[in-house]
Amino acid sequence: MSTPPIIEFDRVNKVYQSGGGPVTALLDVSLSIATGEFIALIGPSGCGKSTLMRLIGDLEQPSSGTVRVKGKTPAQARLDRDYGIVFQAPVLYEWRTVRRNVELPLEIMGRPPAERRERAMSLLRMVGLGDFGDAYPYQLSGGMQQRAAIARALSFEPSILLMDEPFGALDEITRERMQTELLSLWSNATPRPTVIFVTHSIPEAVFLADRVVVMSPRPGRVQRIVLIDLPRPRVFETRESPRFFTLVTEVREALRATENERVGA
Amino acid sequence: MSAPVQATTVARQAGQAAQKGFRLHDLWPPVLTFALVIGLWELAVWFFQIPLYLLPAPSQILETFLARPVFLLRIGLVTFINAVIGCAIGVSLGCLAAALCVRWRVVADGLVPLAVAASAVPIIALSPLMGIWLGSVSPLSKIAVVAVMTFFPTLVSVYRGLVSPTADALMLMRSYAAPQRAVFARLRAPAALPFLFGALRVCATLSMIGAVVAEFFGGPQNALGVYIKTQAGILRTREAWSAILVACLFGLAFYLAVVLAERAAMPWKRGR
Repeated sequence: MSTPPIIEFDRVNKVYQSGGGPVTALLDVSLSIATGEFIALIGPSGCGKSTLMRLIGDLEQPSSGTVRVKGKTPAQARLDRDYGIVFQAPVLYEWRTVRRNVELPLEIMGRPPAERRERAMSLLRMVGLGDFGDAYPYQLSGGMQQRAAIARALSFEPSILLMDEPFGALDEITRERMQTELLSLWSNATPRPTVIFVTHSIPEAVFLADRVVVMSPRPGRVQRIVLIDLPRPRVFETRESPRFFTLVTEVREALRATENERVGA
Repeated sequence: MSAPVQATTVARQAGQAAQKGFRLHDLWPPVLTFALVIGLWELAVWFFQIPLYLLPAPSQILETFLARPVFLLRIGLVTFINAVIGCAIGVSLGCLAAALCVRWRVVADGLVPLAVAASAVPIIALSPLMGIWLGSVSPLSKIAVVAVMTFFPTLVSVYRGLVSPTADALMLMRSYAAPQRAVFARLRAPAALPFLFGALRVCATLSMIGAVVAEFFGGPQNALGVYIKTQAGILRTREAWSAILVACLFGLAFYLAVVLAERAAMPWKRGR
């Protein structure tokens, strides 16, 4: 890869202290992510993929090893507002209208009201919520709420987008539509943000990512990295191409290998 | 995307929700029940020939009230003002204490369990002591009783509201590198608003009770509690009851004011 890495994990370990003794969530993870890359993290529950994402966001600290984000510590990157985050739940503030939810980060960053408003409305139009700026979150469906959450994460143009199973609570039809929408948002953004996308779904990971990082559980390790060479833009037909099936199978087998290893151990 | 279709759906839902907020025919069942109870009371008094000094009929109470409405409402107002001032002080201090509890967890560890316990204690029992400390005729002793009564439930409720935001909601603020001030003003405080109004509903009722009962232990001649006590003491039951009616009216008015303020302050709750 010619572009310099934006995120680097160097022999990172994460150990939690629990009642039953220490639990190793991440074991010796080294990983390098290029600027503008779309990375999917996949693995069974308890493989530490959310932990990995939270280490990047300085929402948790490694027990040993180093994480560098844009050459800085994650703490500094957070203070520099280098990343936007989207959770599985939309986490919209119910007392704010949809537009004012999207404005929230800009408000905290002290941008002038006119600029905030304009930016929020243009993002809402981009995610198809142009008519819902003055609605309250409860008036929106789950998919629409998650679109608003994505607009909010993009509002301040962060160079990194952290997404923790953002479509996990949506039905399959909405989910596939949201995947296409996310890709078009991502590829139209200038500069294109680096995306770390945590998911449970194999087809979702393959459809979205440049590389799929397959993780094994307890302790969480990088099992394999599958390069996804499907052409972009990825469209509805992408999911029906033979190459898509081949790659889905490849990821599935990598995941099964982690299972067998665990049973064998 | 089918945005236009969704737009009309949402608009329709919002319209229905707005109508659901207040409909006149929702009032019928409670009004009917109230009328029934009053009617039975009236009938029972006549049928069982209950003596006047034990229990006057509603019609007699109303008659007594209508004979001196201005006087009764004026003494009611004296008590009501004490209740409102006491409630305002208690609720304000309760909010302040809750905010301090969020800022310093040590304060919370010491204060919140105490406040929970104090909410279960009959603080009204302090009334005679407040009379000794602040003067039994002075309005200050009544205001103090009400303030203490409303302080603890407000503290407990608002504190719960301030710590109600989920881990994700807080994590979001952390990801924006939001200063503590912003976390409080834009997340904790608005999240606590429904809890504050819940406390206010309780306190509106409590404060009228507190103000009237505090006056049983002394107060100026032109106050509701004093009037009820002296009239009942000389078996002028009708007069006592007409003053109780006034206490009910002011209590209801206070409660209603809180409900209206709640609706105005939280437009996002209106449709639900």
